Parts: sequence; C-alpha cells; structure tokens
Amino acid sequence: MEITTVHYKHCELVKATGRIDSQTAPQLAEALDAITNAGHFKIVIDMSEVEFMSSAGLRVLINTQKNCKRFNRGEVILAKVPQRIYEALDLAGFIPLFTFFDEVTTAVGHF
Amino acid sequence: MTPSSAASGLPGSPSGFSRETKIFVAQFDSLGAVREFVGLAAEACGFDAKGIYAVELATDEAFTNIVEHAYGGESNDWVECTCQASQNSLIIILHDCGQAFDPTGVPEPDLSAPLEQRETGGLGIYFMRKLMDEVHFSPAPLNSDGCNTLTMIKRRELTA
Repeated sequence: MEITTVHYKHCELVKATGRIDSQTAPQLAEALDAITNAGHFKIVIDMSEVEFMSSAGLRVLINTQKNCKRFNRGEVILAKVPQRIYEALDLAGFIPLFTFFDEVTTAVGHF
Repeated sequence: MTPSSAASGLPGSPSGFSRETKIFVAQFDSLGAVREFVGLAAEACGFDAKGIYAVELATDEAFTNIVEHAYGGESNDWVECTCQASQNSLIIILHDCGQAFDPTGVPEPDLSAPLEQRETGGLGIYFMRKLMDEVHFSPAPLNSDGCNTLTMIKRRELTA
C-alpha cells in the first residue's frame, strides 16, 4: 500500500493505493494520525485505487472519523470508493457514518 | 474442469473434486499469499468477482484472527490452509496449533449504534459469517492432534 497526502486550504487529501489489511493498516493509521495530531480534522480520502480492504482498514477509518467529528465541522469524507470496498462498508453498517462523493474535486470542495 | 482452471493450481479430478493445501507463517505479511491462494481456488471453482472477493476477505479475517488470538500476535508458528473445491462449493479449512479461540462465540457488532459507540472489534468475525454460507470451529480440546480447525464453506449458485 502507498499513501500520499496533499494539503489544501480547507482540507487534507489522502490517497491510499493498493491493499489495506492487517499488515498495511498501521501505515494508514499513522498517516491519518499525523494529520489529526497536527490539528487538521477535515480529511478527504481518495479510495479510487484501493484494491482490497479488510476490517483492519475499516477500524482505521472509524477511529479517524471519531477523532475528527469531535471538532467543529471536522469529518472524514470518502471519495471514489470502488464497488467491493463499498459493499464491505455497507456490510459493516458504515454507510450512515460517512459522506461519500463520486469525485475527489467535489469532495474537496465540500469543505 | 477447463484447462484454465487446471492451470490455476486446482487440477480437476475425474469427479470434479480437488483439494490443495499450503502452509503459511503466522505473520501478517503472509496475508497477500493467503488471499491469492484462496482467490485462485475460488476462481477455479467458478465464482464470479464478487464471490472471489468474499472468499478472499473472509479468509483474510480468519487468518488475522488466528495470528492475533490463537498465537497471541505474529510468530514463526504456522497456519495450514486447505482449499477443497467441488462442482458447486468451496471449502476453506484453516488449521493452527495455537490457543483455542472460538470465533463463532463472539457476539455480533451493533451495526446501528451511533459513531461514538461503535466498537471496532468483532467486525472480522461478522464478515466471515456474512460472506460465507457456513462457518464452523473445532477447538483444540476436541481434536486428537491438539490443534484448532476452522472450516468455512461458500456455495456457488449454479446457472441452468
């Protein structure tokens, strides 16, 4: 898995690529923790190139969402989620807990 | 079976029944190879992309649970994985010699709880149950070899 982070004026854009499992999820947690520890709580995650995500990845997403929502208008937004990943989020009952966008630009513009 | 399914590592026998076993080290960096192993078996068995992903995800969760709970973290112990394919189903058997951990006894997570009250544990087992048609656990004390056996079955809907 590879992670890139881009800083925008109103939010942080994180792109995760590849497979998020018990081996790689700690890297994603580290990248997201670095953002929230720096005081940024508006995060867009570009999921378009995530090929696989287990419950280890879901745990990272929910923990970061809990972290961000404690702050005024803080939120994790998920953009371009592939179908299989969306189905896993749905199975876990995560759909009501996140806002989804089909395009990264509209997700970034949401903040 | 077709030649392509034979090439993927599960050569068909005349009865259309095949079985293959691989041994993996109980570490998270084995997960990619574990998913590939069961994914190829699911493909050879005739599952569609959604079915293949379901088998890969359920097995990933099962293997992770064995590493975390049976072996108490990553170790140099082993997990034996067997794929047994028949015409209309795939059976995944995971065998380990760690502590007995019964995933079938873990309660289901509350999927309607608000964000602040969402528990982050138990989701993997819930996925296994939802993605596979059957999940059975046979803990160490019941087995003559003193090891744990997890059996997961996924059936394929046959098209007429």
